[in-house]
Amino acid sequence: MNRPPLAQRILLAKVGLDGHDRGIKVVARGLRDAGFHVIYSGLWQSIDAVVQAAADEDVDWLGVSILNGAHMSLVPALLEALRQRELSHIGVIVGGIIPPADQAKLIELGVRGCFGPGTPLPSIVEFCNS
Amino acid sequence: MNFVAAESPAFRTSLSGVPIKPLYSPADLADFSAQGEIGRPGQFPYTRGIHESMYCGRLWTIRQFAGFGRPRDTNRRFRFLLDQGQTGLSTAFDLPTLMGLDSDDPRSVGEVGRLGVAVDTIDDILALFDGVDLQKVSVSMTINAPAIVVMAFYLAAARQRGCDWRQLRGTIQNDILKEFHAQNEFVFPPEPSVRLVVDLIAFCTRYVPQWNPVSISGYHIREAGSTAQQELAFTLADGQHYVQKCLERGLSIDAFAPRLSFFFNAHNDLFEEVAKYRAARALWAEMIRDDYGAKSEASWKLRFHAQTAGCSLQAAQPEVNVVRVAYQAMAAVLGGCQSLHTNSMDETFALPSEQAVTLALRTQQVLAHETGVTNTVDPLGGSYFVESFTHKMKQDADACFRAIADQGGMIAAVENGYFRRQIADAAFVYQTAVDRSEKLVVGVNAFQQPDRNPIAVMEIDPATEPDQIDALLAVKQNRSGADVTRSLDALRHAAEHRDNVMSSLLQAADDRATVQECVDALADVYGRFRPSAAW
Repeated sequence: MNRPPLAQRILLAKVGLDGHDRGIKVVARGLRDAGFHVIYSGLWQSIDAVVQAAADEDVDWLGVSILNGAHMSLVPALLEALRQRELSHIGVIVGGIIPPADQAKLIELGVRGCFGPGTPLPSIVEFCNS
Repeated sequence: MNFVAAESPAFRTSLSGVPIKPLYSPADLADFSAQGEIGRPGQFPYTRGIHESMYCGRLWTIRQFAGFGRPRDTNRRFRFLLDQGQTGLSTAFDLPTLMGLDSDDPRSVGEVGRLGVAVDTIDDILALFDGVDLQKVSVSMTINAPAIVVMAFYLAAARQRGCDWRQLRGTIQNDILKEFHAQNEFVFPPEPSVRLVVDLIAFCTRYVPQWNPVSISGYHIREAGSTAQQELAFTLADGQHYVQKCLERGLSIDAFAPRLSFFFNAHNDLFEEVAKYRAARALWAEMIRDDYGAKSEASWKLRFHAQTAGCSLQAAQPEVNVVRVAYQAMAAVLGGCQSLHTNSMDETFALPSEQAVTLALRTQQVLAHETGVTNTVDPLGGSYFVESFTHKMKQDADACFRAIADQGGMIAAVENGYFRRQIADAAFVYQTAVDRSEKLVVGVNAFQQPDRNPIAVMEIDPATEPDQIDALLAVKQNRSGADVTRSLDALRHAAEHRDNVMSSLLQAADDRATVQECVDALADVYGRFRPSAAW
């Protein structure tokens, strides 16, 4: 008997104090409509809480949205926390206001993709499906 | 890819989805009393502007929003902008300050001075406005949940510098309802949050009479994805809620209504924006005069600051953002704003560089001095299209007011997530339309130009966070712990007994209590609010 393939699971998270959640909520709906199983963290999450949720939910992807300029401290700390919990198989993507030079640094550190303002939803879906 | 305008659905509806006809005529004004609704500038219902002479009499205030790093960093930017011809100051605070946290709190790590200036104590306010004549320059401060705390610091600092509070002019945003709808920087639950807003309005009405103690803000509602119609209606509904709460407090409408100010977004659709501002003035005037019985004309007049739409700026071909901002600024001016901020082209990457902010400032100066838009009062008044669109805006807003009432009123609608759902729905509809190229965005889904060199962006000095924490620790070492404890106890006592907390906050400011200490003392009494993660 053929079972349909399981939906990819993605945790979308807001870390730190940043309250700008327009983008992440739009992405959440877009991924859900494209067949992803989406879990959204809500605001003001600590890195520990996000990593715990990623482990508990057994996700394939972790999408972090940051518009407060704190990406160069929060994202490396998140990657390190995932490594320590042996969760590096989870693909991390980042969205928000990230200068191009910092995007390159984050990719070097292990982030799979950075999506800035104006990114069409289908391209995020395509990225996570490929 | 090239598009022919007539074939694109983007040109058949407004940005917010209102159907637009190719031609308007007197027949479009037939279903309302044009004379009564349009009126004359400077006269009820102020559709055409709150002043008879508008910019012929006085230009709008050029007020660029600025803030980053330590107080001395922002002070330098303030002085630069004033030197370059800016006419008012506008302060952006960092996220820890906006959330009522000190720079040394573990939750503030990585965020100190990033998105605005870090303020922990009165000493930071003194440094922030060092060398600025507070009796001459009007100062805007964009802060909400801890607004009353920061205002107490500001007033205490002004008093220490010998300023007369009656001479102080400026605005503190202090609009907590829109935080619950959109911006998400709240601390206390809705009811005590509104109580603090009213405390500050009551205090300023009595002691700081030229100050705008609230700036009722649609800007962030629009940034979060609302339509222009939702921005208009939700903002006026918020204003109405504050008015009701002030009246319940025993204030007289004509004592406080003249100092209520507003803040709207200036988005891409020029005519929709103009209609929004014109409708806002008329709706507010009717509400304040007819529903609340205000007798003073000053109470009826809706005064507003406008900021160009940050959410409209694109990372693709960022120089094009200058053009977007210029058109948006023109919409705000044609709509009759009293002050204006123009965004910088690099804000899709970081806070504005000095070069980018100068260009944004020059955009306003060109608009003011070269385009001729200031020569005539309300030049769009009487246009069949603009007047009928204004009328439609008013009708749409009325429908929104009814929907809020159906939810059980403002606080019920906040608590049940009505506003957040409405806004999230609109944001998704818009993004879907862009993704399907039903709405064209230059450089994004049309006229792309890939592989371009990135522009230079501003970086925050990495020493900001440790420096700010050191400064805070030094203040804590040099102050009297007993005085701080006493003033914070007085603050808790005032909150528990439903007294206006402002006088105890002024004492706390003088004693060098921190923002977080004051906010925590209030949270001991009021509790804290956690939003649902619904999307």
